[in-house]
Amino acid sequence: MMRIGVFVCHCGENIGKTVDCPTVAKEVIKLPNVVYAIDYKYMCSDPGQNLIKQAIAEHKLNAVVVASCSPHMHEKTFRKAVSAAGLNPYMCEIANIREQCSWVHDNVEEATKKAIDLIRMTVERVKFNFPLSEIKVPITKKALVIGGGIAGIQAALDIAGAGYKVILVEKEPSIGGHMSQLSETFPTLDCSQCILTPRMVEVYQHPNIKLYTYSEVESVDGFIGNFKVTIRKKARYVKEDLCTGCGLCTQKCPIKRAPSEFDEGLSNRPAIYVPFPQAVPNIPVIDRTVCTYFKTGKCQMCKKVCGRDAIDFEQKDTLITEDVGAIIVATGYKLYKIDKKGPDSAVKGYGEYGYGKYKDVIDGLQFERLASASGPTAGEILRPSDRKQPKKVVFIQCVGSRDPSKGFEYCSKICCMYTAKHAMLYKHKVHDGEAYVFYMDIRAGGKGYEEFVRRAIEEDHVKYIRGRVSKVYEKKGKLIVKGEDTLAGVPVEIEADMVVLATAIVAQPEAAKLAQTLGIPYDKYGFYAEVHPKLRPVESSSGGIFLAGACQAPRDIPESVAMASAAASKALILFGNENLEREPIVAKVNESTCVGCFYCKKVCAYNAIEIKELKDKKGNLIKVVASVNTGLCQGCGTCNATCPSKSIELIGFNDEQIFYQIKAL
Amino acid sequence: MGDNNFEPKIVAFVCNWCTYTGADLAGTSRMKYQSNVRMIRLPCTGRIDPMFIVKAFESGADGVLVSGCHPGDCHYTAGNFHARRRWILFRQLLKFIGIDESRLFFSWVSASEGKKWVDVINEVTDTVRKAGPFSDYHRINKEYTLNG
Repeated sequence: MMRIGVFVCHCGENIGKTVDCPTVAKEVIKLPNVVYAIDYKYMCSDPGQNLIKQAIAEHKLNAVVVASCSPHMHEKTFRKAVSAAGLNPYMCEIANIREQCSWVHDNVEEATKKAIDLIRMTVERVKFNFPLSEIKVPITKKALVIGGGIAGIQAALDIAGAGYKVILVEKEPSIGGHMSQLSETFPTLDCSQCILTPRMVEVYQHPNIKLYTYSEVESVDGFIGNFKVTIRKKARYVKEDLCTGCGLCTQKCPIKRAPSEFDEGLSNRPAIYVPFPQAVPNIPVIDRTVCTYFKTGKCQMCKKVCGRDAIDFEQKDTLITEDVGAIIVATGYKLYKIDKKGPDSAVKGYGEYGYGKYKDVIDGLQFERLASASGPTAGEILRPSDRKQPKKVVFIQCVGSRDPSKGFEYCSKICCMYTAKHAMLYKHKVHDGEAYVFYMDIRAGGKGYEEFVRRAIEEDHVKYIRGRVSKVYEKKGKLIVKGEDTLAGVPVEIEADMVVLATAIVAQPEAAKLAQTLGIPYDKYGFYAEVHPKLRPVESSSGGIFLAGACQAPRDIPESVAMASAAASKALILFGNENLEREPIVAKVNESTCVGCFYCKKVCAYNAIEIKELKDKKGNLIKVVASVNTGLCQGCGTCNATCPSKSIELIGFNDEQIFYQIKAL
Repeated sequence: MGDNNFEPKIVAFVCNWCTYTGADLAGTSRMKYQSNVRMIRLPCTGRIDPMFIVKAFESGADGVLVSGCHPGDCHYTAGNFHARRRWILFRQLLKFIGIDESRLFFSWVSASEGKKWVDVINEVTDTVRKAGPFSDYHRINKEYTLNG
């Protein structure tokens, strides 16, 4: 026998002014099974909650309806109160008579009638509620970090430092990411490698971090706390356990002219190579697209010279599975290559700037390599075409950024700062040189950033010209830069020796594919979407998957590091619990009526429906039925509405509850 | 239908994340709309069984509204698409068996569209008020029930 108590809240005047609460209470007590009804000024207050608790005890209530504000507001409060009185919290339901009644209607009579209707419907519904308990899911306290740039490194070190195991997967042969390519960093002009490489080594040596380089995430199954990840470890053709990193193979390799990825094509590397001297791990890989042995079947020079017999031409990709509880995605960015049309047809390219056509038109990362002491010119600024020192350099900002007609609408954020840094580094190295910067606006929001740009202009005498460049072309060994000074309102023409383009930051070309693998949303540019832009900036909408660094939007180093630590702390918050607790609003299968049509499986967006075989005691198969993985089920109820035999129901929103709610209209 | 004092009963089946929250927003913004609507909150419009709509008409509703997240915004990825498909099919079924399908409404109202919710409810209420009580349904329902 149901004994229902109804508690009508005045919410001060918020409800009481439009809904005649005493009348409502007097009316609803007449409803079948309602044994107690009362109105009170503030039901959510301590005395209000006590009123509910006392009534449960005194009137032996086994279900409660609170007519008050939206369930989004105080459902938890009242369920907690009911629970404190010894009743199951899921035996409490809310009738929303504030947001959807008293606040949206003026007429007292109408609003009162509506409130009574809403309560009657809720009373009918609560009759079919039954006690539920939170679902507990165990947590694998191990994290996967995808991407070994500065964000991934920071996240891995933070989680490992807290005492949990970390799997770090990097698709390139070495960790370090773009930061390892940079010469100096703004606004302090710290040497990038000097601050980064100790961290790379720390990752390599950390007992809690397992590093997979030259590897990619192949598939991800499972859910928050319980992911099963398959990692493809690509064949290096070098046995990692035997290689000592002596470097003899790379010296003796007859192929010398493959463009170096690390130097952005400004230098060459052999077919068997380590990307850069400080690479972690210091183990070479064979680029089979240029290796003579893989092309002709002859050579094997590296194998001959290797004293440890570490070269293995027969090596195959291997698949490794790991169980993890949280995933941090830190896959970073790419620079927009402006000479070609992008894969997105909306990107029209910037052929007029001559990138790819003129050797001395380079992009930002190429300039980093020119300025780097470990770069192809050992840090001397020498232009690529004839290795002469350029005396006049033009830097063009916003190439592809803030340009919806030819590039992307968004601001790439870091270019104003790195262009100021480039111009400054150039002036520090070429004292008699001239540096020009074409800009749209200077965006230097950040600690010490504005001061840094001012320093470039005032102390290093970099000439800033506000305006766009229309064309770059070659004439008598010079690059003619034609543009406009929009502050002076005059056309400008500069005879430059080198042009540096600050091209847009874009998402990794495979970003969307990885997002599909992980089941996380991304924006139209391929950047991963955070669940809330203000309050949950490092969480993806998939539970247990967090975002760090430039895979989410253009980010500079301090922001990437901060995001990484934030993402790590989100993973650690998860690991701080023994079990995950979640609302028991999940689907449940009635195995006796299920016919195994699996329509539910087809409509489930979460792969939560599994195939279960029912067997008799002898082990003979009786039938195949659907089964719900409560860890994966999110409780949408689409399966419930789809099932032709009504054999799957959404607990908390089952057919009886809804039908009786409707019937009480 | 000539009854000038007719006040229709409207039932709205809405999802918890977009439309219900949007309707809450209309309340917190103190927007006003007609009081004929009775909301039934479900986690997702994907949960809406066409039988709910039948039951609503049977229980005296003169109009039914289904409202959820905008396409692409579903909290559960694709529940709203399933809802839309079912709604279209069900509406055609109503038409096929000779029941006035124009009393069945569909809308996308997001959590930030309090104003849109107000407009939708007023429009649905006005349309149904103009159409009069859903006596056809009750007549047909009665006939079918009597004939077993």
